[in-house]
Amino acid sequence: MTTHLRVVAPGPSSTIQDRGRVGYQRYGVSVAGAADPLLHAVANALVGNRPGEGAVEFTLAGDSVVVEGGPVRIAVAADAELTVDGEPVPSWTSLRLTDGQSLRIGALRSGMRGYWAVEGGFALQPVLGSIATHIRSRMGGLDGGALKPGDRLPLALDQAADRGERCLDPSLLPGRGGRLRVMLGPQQDYFTPAGIEAFLEEDYTVSHEADRMGCRLDGPVIEHARGFNITSDGIPLGAVQVPGTGRPIVLLADRQTTGGYPKIACVVGPDVAALAQMRPGERLRFTPVDAAEAGRIQARHREMVDGLPALLQSAGGFALYDSGRLLGFNLIGGVVTGWD
Amino acid sequence: MSVTTSFPAPVLRPAGDSALIVELGDGIAQDLNAAVHRLDRRIADAALPGIVETVPTYRSILVQFDPAVTAAEPLGQALLGLAAELTQTAAEPQLRWIVPVCFGGAHGEDLDDVARRSGLSAEEVVRLHCTADYRVYMLGFSPGFAYLGGLPEVLHQPRRENPRMVTPAGSVMQGGAQAAISPIAMPSGWHLLGRTPARTFDLKREPPFLLAPGDRIRFTAISAAEFDRLEGLSGYLPDCETVTAPAALLQGAAA
Repeated sequence: MTTHLRVVAPGPSSTIQDRGRVGYQRYGVSVAGAADPLLHAVANALVGNRPGEGAVEFTLAGDSVVVEGGPVRIAVAADAELTVDGEPVPSWTSLRLTDGQSLRIGALRSGMRGYWAVEGGFALQPVLGSIATHIRSRMGGLDGGALKPGDRLPLALDQAADRGERCLDPSLLPGRGGRLRVMLGPQQDYFTPAGIEAFLEEDYTVSHEADRMGCRLDGPVIEHARGFNITSDGIPLGAVQVPGTGRPIVLLADRQTTGGYPKIACVVGPDVAALAQMRPGERLRFTPVDAAEAGRIQARHREMVDGLPALLQSAGGFALYDSGRLLGFNLIGGVVTGWD
Repeated sequence: MSVTTSFPAPVLRPAGDSALIVELGDGIAQDLNAAVHRLDRRIADAALPGIVETVPTYRSILVQFDPAVTAAEPLGQALLGLAAELTQTAAEPQLRWIVPVCFGGAHGEDLDDVARRSGLSAEEVVRLHCTADYRVYMLGFSPGFAYLGGLPEVLHQPRRENPRMVTPAGSVMQGGAQAAISPIAMPSGWHLLGRTPARTFDLKREPPFLLAPGDRIRFTAISAAEFDRLEGLSGYLPDCETVTAPAALLQGAAA
């Protein structure tokens, strides 16, 4: 019998996500994928998966699941309270659960989204090359929807590998402030100098109108120079589109592929994830960077993700890499300066 | 005949840390969109390192790249090079789908209203739709939703004031200056003219998408009985033929 995780009580919005559905935007298919690829990669690294393996993204509060079969290796990357059969267990560490054991993930103490991964990933049929859930088009995951009570998630591995558990000190992850770096364009010429100045010099606040598709911001109106309709074109991740209200919307993983509002700027990739973790009411400010700097930010982010396995420790407290070795990695200095 | 010489020079627009937009012009026009699709094919053929995917639209192409493999500067130069050589391209073959449609009645509730507003008979509206040489300008909005350019000007009219919450899959519709075939049941403010038994999006089919950006379409009217017969066939695909771009463009311009 295949090992499953049965969903007892899902979080308010939990979906299976991977790196997203790449290559089909030309057919109108949204990319989807993890809203915070770094935390998604952390959950996967903790159970020994490659970074893009499918994992569950939960929103504000996590899921309760019970093991059917197993044993199963599972890890939660989130600042949340966890229990196994009612007993508190730590986050940021892999756990081995046996048949009948249940994991309950509580509310997030910070951030909007957390992730949990199982060793080997889920045995789900990819749709257009991905198991990422896109609820609006009912694609991926389990029947294209959010997790619901009674769902049985089939696992690729019937039994967890026989090895020790691993943990991560979350303080090693880059801190995320309220500063979002943007590259101006593609349509900054649709805005007045005063509009661009408001966008770059004033504070904005995350509104309650925020989901995996986009995040509407409250703050000073961004003035258009020549209307707010463009001939619809492609929408990259992190695009800041400004509709007629003058209030910006940052487009996230589930964004539509094309749109007709002018885009004043695009948030750089790692900071899109930072925004996806901000709660309504949190303040932020946009800072312009040029293409070269954006390239360096991306490179540091890649080093961080690629270096995640080296940051893991054995869960017994024994460091696979001691702190002296850690400081010797380029990635540490780079990441700290990159995220400050 | 060259169709691209009158365009302004291509423009590169930054689109974040892993995308660029190559823009060939502005607005919705057949020859401009044809140039977009020629450039899109050219980019695919050139197999530039680091390109993840491209999204051709009415007048521009979003080029998504992997910043671990390439950077905006060299990629942008390569893309401008390909765009500059567009006029030298020989005629390229295109697919034209012959899409059967059962117009009017329960299959196209808005046909009579569309006819009335344009001062034509319903038969005349159907005839216009079946002689128009439609082009898939782009796909967007939802999986497989193709925006068709080439709607005869006499038929241009605003969308419905009150959008329908559900229109069935295969609805052949018009809205503003455009036409479309709905891939799945969806809400829409476009006017319903008829239905085709052809499915433009079916995940059970490989490939799931019938239409690609740049394809051409000709509608042909069928009876309700023929609609039922074709819809009953499992995996029904409409006929298609290969046409050559410049000749088709001339036809399109005359239509």
